[in-house]
Amino acid sequence: MRKDYKLEKRKYVIASFIVIIAIIYIVQLYALQLDDDKYKNSADNNAFLKKTVYPSRGLIYDRNGELIVYNQPAYDVMMIPRDVQPFDTVDFCHTLSISREQFDKRLADMRKSVGYSTYTPQTFITQLSAQDYGRLQEKLYRFPGFFIQKRILRQYNHKAAANVLGNIREVNPKDIERDPYYERGDYCGDLGVEKSYDRHLRGVKGKEILIRDAHGRIQGRYRDGAEDIPGVAGRNLKLSIDIKLQEYAESLMVNKIGAVVAIEPSTGEILCMVSSPTYDPTILIGRQRGENYAKLNSDPLKPLFDRSLMAAYPPGSTFKPTQGLILLQEGVINLNTMYPCYRGYINGGLRVGCHGHGSPLPLKPALQTSCNAFFCWGLKNMLDNRRSKYGTVANAFETWKKHLVSMGYGYRVGIDLPSESRGFIPNAQFYNDIYGENRWSANTIISIAIGQGEILATPLQIANLSATIANRGWFITPHVVKEIQDTVLDKQYTEQRHVTIDKAHYESVAEGMRMAVTGGTCRLAALPDIEVCGKTGTAQNPHGKDHSAFIGFAPYHEPKIAVCVYVENAGFGATYGVPIGSLVMEKYLTGSISPQRKYLEERMLTSNTIVNSGVKKH
Amino acid sequence: MRSVDWVVVILYLLLVIGGAISIYAASYDYDNANIFSFDEFSGKQIRWIGFSFILGLVLLLIDKRMYETYAYPIYFIIVALLIVTIFIAPNIKGSHSWLVIGQMSLQPAEFGKFATALALAKLFSGYNFVLNAKKSNYVKSLVLILLPILIIMAQNETGSALVYLSLVFVLYREGMSGLVLFAFAFAIAIFVVTLKFTTSAVLGIPTGEFVAFVMIDLAMVGVAAFFSKRQVVARNLVLWFLFVTIVVGIVAGICGVKLPGEATMISITVIAMLYCLYEVVRSHSNRLFMPIIVAASSMVFMMSVDYVFNKALQPHQQTRVKVLLGIEEDLLGKGYNVNQAKIAIGSGGLTGKGFLNGTQTKLKYVPEQHTDFIFCTIGEEEGFIGSTITILLFLALILRVITIAERQPTAFGRVYSYCVASYLIFHLCINIGMVIGLCPVIGIPLPFFSYGGSSLWGFTVLLFIMLRIDASRKDSRNY
Repeated sequence: MRKDYKLEKRKYVIASFIVIIAIIYIVQLYALQLDDDKYKNSADNNAFLKKTVYPSRGLIYDRNGELIVYNQPAYDVMMIPRDVQPFDTVDFCHTLSISREQFDKRLADMRKSVGYSTYTPQTFITQLSAQDYGRLQEKLYRFPGFFIQKRILRQYNHKAAANVLGNIREVNPKDIERDPYYERGDYCGDLGVEKSYDRHLRGVKGKEILIRDAHGRIQGRYRDGAEDIPGVAGRNLKLSIDIKLQEYAESLMVNKIGAVVAIEPSTGEILCMVSSPTYDPTILIGRQRGENYAKLNSDPLKPLFDRSLMAAYPPGSTFKPTQGLILLQEGVINLNTMYPCYRGYINGGLRVGCHGHGSPLPLKPALQTSCNAFFCWGLKNMLDNRRSKYGTVANAFETWKKHLVSMGYGYRVGIDLPSESRGFIPNAQFYNDIYGENRWSANTIISIAIGQGEILATPLQIANLSATIANRGWFITPHVVKEIQDTVLDKQYTEQRHVTIDKAHYESVAEGMRMAVTGGTCRLAALPDIEVCGKTGTAQNPHGKDHSAFIGFAPYHEPKIAVCVYVENAGFGATYGVPIGSLVMEKYLTGSISPQRKYLEERMLTSNTIVNSGVKKH
Repeated sequence: MRSVDWVVVILYLLLVIGGAISIYAASYDYDNANIFSFDEFSGKQIRWIGFSFILGLVLLLIDKRMYETYAYPIYFIIVALLIVTIFIAPNIKGSHSWLVIGQMSLQPAEFGKFATALALAKLFSGYNFVLNAKKSNYVKSLVLILLPILIIMAQNETGSALVYLSLVFVLYREGMSGLVLFAFAFAIAIFVVTLKFTTSAVLGIPTGEFVAFVMIDLAMVGVAAFFSKRQVVARNLVLWFLFVTIVVGIVAGICGVKLPGEATMISITVIAMLYCLYEVVRSHSNRLFMPIIVAASSMVFMMSVDYVFNKALQPHQQTRVKVLLGIEEDLLGKGYNVNQAKIAIGSGGLTGKGFLNGTQTKLKYVPEQHTDFIFCTIGEEEGFIGSTITILLFLALILRVITIAERQPTAFGRVYSYCVASYLIFHLCINIGMVIGLCPVIGIPLPFFSYGGSSLWGFTVLLFIMLRIDASRKDSRNY
């Protein structure tokens, strides 16, 4: 048979047809299998039901081992939208005691939320009560696609220290962005140690991978659980807070605005840390959290604002010990240097008032009587002395500032709680900007000598000063966590920080503060059998009545506690600061209040200074 | 035996073994797995594979002349069997295509393939048979092809019936005009374009229709250039279309006049047709009728696409087409199969999840995974590498079959072998195409891979008869 060569060429057409098809298919396979991850995810979402195993959150104890915060189970109702089959909605709503409108709204909200997927578990209702949980558990088989996820809620043994403890809340999209550990529906710490020690407290979530077939039936565990990740329980915390002392201090601060901070000087451990007004931490648990949080947030007295470390106040006369220390260290004065006080500092047409006491006088009596003039003269001699070693006012001022920074002022002290304020200590540049270079001198800024003017400090910083004097020249960064389970405390909370001032000068200042209690402004702080040192502060401020402040420590030798009390708009330091501070010290050192001082306690428990604050509560 | 084409045999073995492994994987149950249990799919398949080896051996032993001599009787017996099947077969999912004999069930349609191939080869091997010589040759060929198609459609097995359409390749090889293939492709293109792009509009008519008009005009130019020796006609057509595009562009685009889109496009095309008619009359070149015929029939087809789609296709077929074209997304309904199949394959990645580790297939997300959707298992467990190798094996087999076809000294051998190649091409394109979402879902198996004795035996018979014919190609010289 003859061959038709023209037709034989058509084999190429047919062959190229199938070759081209094969190439197209391989390209499509490439696109499906190598170019796009979405199918991989879809397949995993199909086959694997990943259930999160929430570990129990670390418990929180006080310094004496008293349990403060623990866990209680709560139950979230979860649903996987694509597994949901038609069910009796009326029965469902009834079981959960919600209305049909709430049900519809919840469903609509869920669909709108970020990360909504019909394949993955979505939170339908959070934190069921135990009764609702029981009722639902019985009927759950009637609602395919729904399941219950056990969660951990916090519970509190004491209604105190809300500012220190913080609380937990559901993570928001920002948290998830910041920390990839979080997934939607997780809880994270908010405020307090719950926030700053969240990484320790939260533990590690576990994952249980179940295999699910096309009909949604669970076929068992993936690789018999080989890929499951068991949860790791969070670490327990032991706080340095003495919860009894905290409760006592909070009770003294009732109806007052301000803060109390007490530190164990030898360790930097914070014994109590009160911000007033405070709130009951239990109101931020569970489903009513949102509502209560909003209420606290809009409260004009700002209970969520932790005044002990976020509020920057003028330290007033509690600042004077720092001035004495700097003047001694810089050799501007010695213990015998006397300055005159004619009911105040009068120089260059300027007058800073003072009250009646002997004149002239040296440092210790100046501390004892809280003489304004002494410290104004001291600052003037340090800054304005042309023949001094500094050369210029600005240089002298920078030296002054350097000492204060070493004492913990002007920068965050570094406490292990979030949102600490740094207070404010100006530098020379600050005044250059205001007055112009070389156009300011001691008299321009004289009020800083007595802790007024631009100077701002947090109660924590002021308490730290007290602890530093108690230690005679060093401190350990104040902190509220004493021990973390199975973990060594961060080095910064165990190392001594030495101040740029000699120990001997501290001894003199401590003596001055002792004199203030024995025969000066702090006589009310005197305790039977315990040598207390103290310094009052009365800070002028633009918000009305003076703020009442006090720092102190006791015993004089081998101090066990150093405190700072700051009460807004309460008048003289001696009227509120001294009684509260000394009561806290007495309570801590002796465990009770001596009978002759009961009247002070009574007065503090019942008095109200909020009325002076000008804040109207509706 | 030495003259048997071992390349085909080895490819055949590789594919069959690959198929058995895939079926084992696809039907693997976590709880009780036993490859040798004959109750399992894989157990049965292994038994059928064993039988098909025997079948292949027997077919190789039969004298080649038997096939040639008994081609028509075999064809008519099978046709009769197909007809009988319609009446005695039980209703399985709406189709009457399975003959149940005791434990066994057979699908005669699978055996219709080799019978039709034999009959067609017999027809073409007639003395001095040249397809283009007489119109009656076309009629005879088409009768041989259409008879099984109609019967199998009557069994309600549209997929199996469509396979026979692939024999158009054989007709093409034997001399049918390439224009027919072109017309096929062009019709599909217009169909797809018109159906798919209906949401946006150009000149007030759906984009799809507009594009179809443009395609028709371009086809006119192409056909005019191809069929006429006078290139000037094609050139004039190009100039005309360019001119009109600019004018319409200015009028509609810049001046913002709303043209009646349908009328404009039709008149542009009709004017071009009239010009061709003028050239036919002027230069007596009848070949210029071709562009006119192409344009006219295409326009009629285009106008009737919606009608064809809505009337000729059944609702479930309409949905399948719509899902494929991305007009409808119905991931839980009609699109579920293909979507899950794509997830299965897509999740395989480069190297796959490993044998028996596929989750999509193990957990039954992919329906029909051991029959029509067997390719998913390969894609998921063996990944891009495995599925590419599978496609390449098929490609090698098809190209080898074409080579064998071309080396046949007789028209009988050549036509038969081309029939084999055509069936394989069609099965491969449609089956893998539907699984990876490039073709509509048409329920036909992947040769050698899909579970089922009938399909495996059908293809075994097809291949081994070809091998037998090929093995004795040198003998025929002695006639």
